[in-house]
Amino acid sequence: MSGVRVLVGTRKGAFILTSDGKRTHWDVSGPHFAGWEMYHIKGSPVDPNRLYASQSSGWFGQVIQRSSDGGKTWETPGGGLTKNPEGMPGVSNKFVYDTSPESGKPLTTHQWYDGTQHPWEFKRVWHLEPSLTDPDTVYAGVEDAALFRSTDGGTSWQELPGLRGHGTGPQWQPGAGGMCLHTVILDPKNPNRIFIAISSAGAFRTDDAGKTWRPINRGLHSQGIPDPDAEVGHCVHRIAMHHSRPDVLFMQKHWDVMRSNDAGDSWQEVSGNLPTDFGFVIDVHAHEPETIYVVPIKSDSEHFVPDGKLRVYRSRTGGNEWEALTQGLPQSDCYVNVLRDAMAVDALDQCGIYFGTTGGQVYASADAGDHWNAIVRDLPAVLSVEVQTLP
Amino acid sequence: MIRVVLPAHLRTLAHVDGEVNLEIEGRVTQRSVLDALEARYPMLCGTIRDHVTQQRRPFLRFFACEEDLSHESPDAPLPEAVASGKEPLLVIGAVAGG
Repeated sequence: MSGVRVLVGTRKGAFILTSDGKRTHWDVSGPHFAGWEMYHIKGSPVDPNRLYASQSSGWFGQVIQRSSDGGKTWETPGGGLTKNPEGMPGVSNKFVYDTSPESGKPLTTHQWYDGTQHPWEFKRVWHLEPSLTDPDTVYAGVEDAALFRSTDGGTSWQELPGLRGHGTGPQWQPGAGGMCLHTVILDPKNPNRIFIAISSAGAFRTDDAGKTWRPINRGLHSQGIPDPDAEVGHCVHRIAMHHSRPDVLFMQKHWDVMRSNDAGDSWQEVSGNLPTDFGFVIDVHAHEPETIYVVPIKSDSEHFVPDGKLRVYRSRTGGNEWEALTQGLPQSDCYVNVLRDAMAVDALDQCGIYFGTTGGQVYASADAGDHWNAIVRDLPAVLSVEVQTLP
Repeated sequence: MIRVVLPAHLRTLAHVDGEVNLEIEGRVTQRSVLDALEARYPMLCGTIRDHVTQQRRPFLRFFACEEDLSHESPDAPLPEAVASGKEPLLVIGAVAGG
């Protein structure tokens, strides 16, 4: 029987939760990398035992970890006790912005909180997106916002400078959580197309495998910026796509849930009857491309669920019409948040939905959201949740 | 033999217990000690000093012989007691965070 492996990143380590296809009994492994902030862990779609993890610390900076056995053991690629073939020490945590003249427009500054220009400074990897076809190729979305790629299993990293070199770069500015590139979506039908999102610059798309990029924010409306309809500057929190329809995108913006039917060329609001359209996560059912999930959060100044009730909202119509899913979730005195990378779905016949909270719970539903159970209740604050469906 | 005491998280990352002992040829300075440390434990590259600028990470300090050497030149000789192995060089993580 097939099973699932849930990869959980928290403020103080990583945890791996495994179950068979019934998803009723869980084994909990961890903490891995105890004491470190684990922003994201994700497996290769073509080799489920190949995992990549972003490990970071305010003291010691960024570390990239890699597993080749589904998380049982880990290594810092290229950073082991033996040197790599070139005789150089490991550089798997070396993220250096491209400033070469031949790369086009080597930007050096972006907008700071006070409106002045500020140099780009690498802080951490927010999101790792393994290639859909090659287990040794993986993308990294980083803070300050840029996209890096490794083609040697995370041993070395090169920036795709066309993104940061976009002419709007000096207008990008950090959100409260930093200027992070947090979403990387690879188009399963077009290998040259990648979608990314940045807080707070907005969404961008490349159609030439990362050489050039263009903003895809038409239709977004944000009150917190001088021009609410600006080309860039929107605080996009998360974008989701169903693999069967890569031109249809769903977005949870700072405020507003949005939908695009044309690969981001234009967006329409689909917040509908949500109790609040602020939030972070959004995801799509594995088998129903019009079934989407969000977790409404009260407001940008009160980052917890409204009314003390933890409710996942599901739309079976691609937005606008939403139903609250509450069975098994706390419906009083609950004041947690669900961060942008902390929801995922499995691909079993009965689609499973998973999310983690800042209160340390990881909830799972084995029936597409109708009923929920906490797999674990007392982890450190959850930063990210990914799911692998195992053969 | 130079003795280096690492913070707990870096000992875990480097898969070492207790002190690290290093052989240094030539002058014993912060730079030569860190060069030798990173050569032997490549996974520590970038965790104590920046990959490119070689600047000490802000929340780390270098102590030895009851002195804070963090703001000394990286090429200044370390105290004789460190160079002789009598005292360790301490890499200290700031008491901060939650």
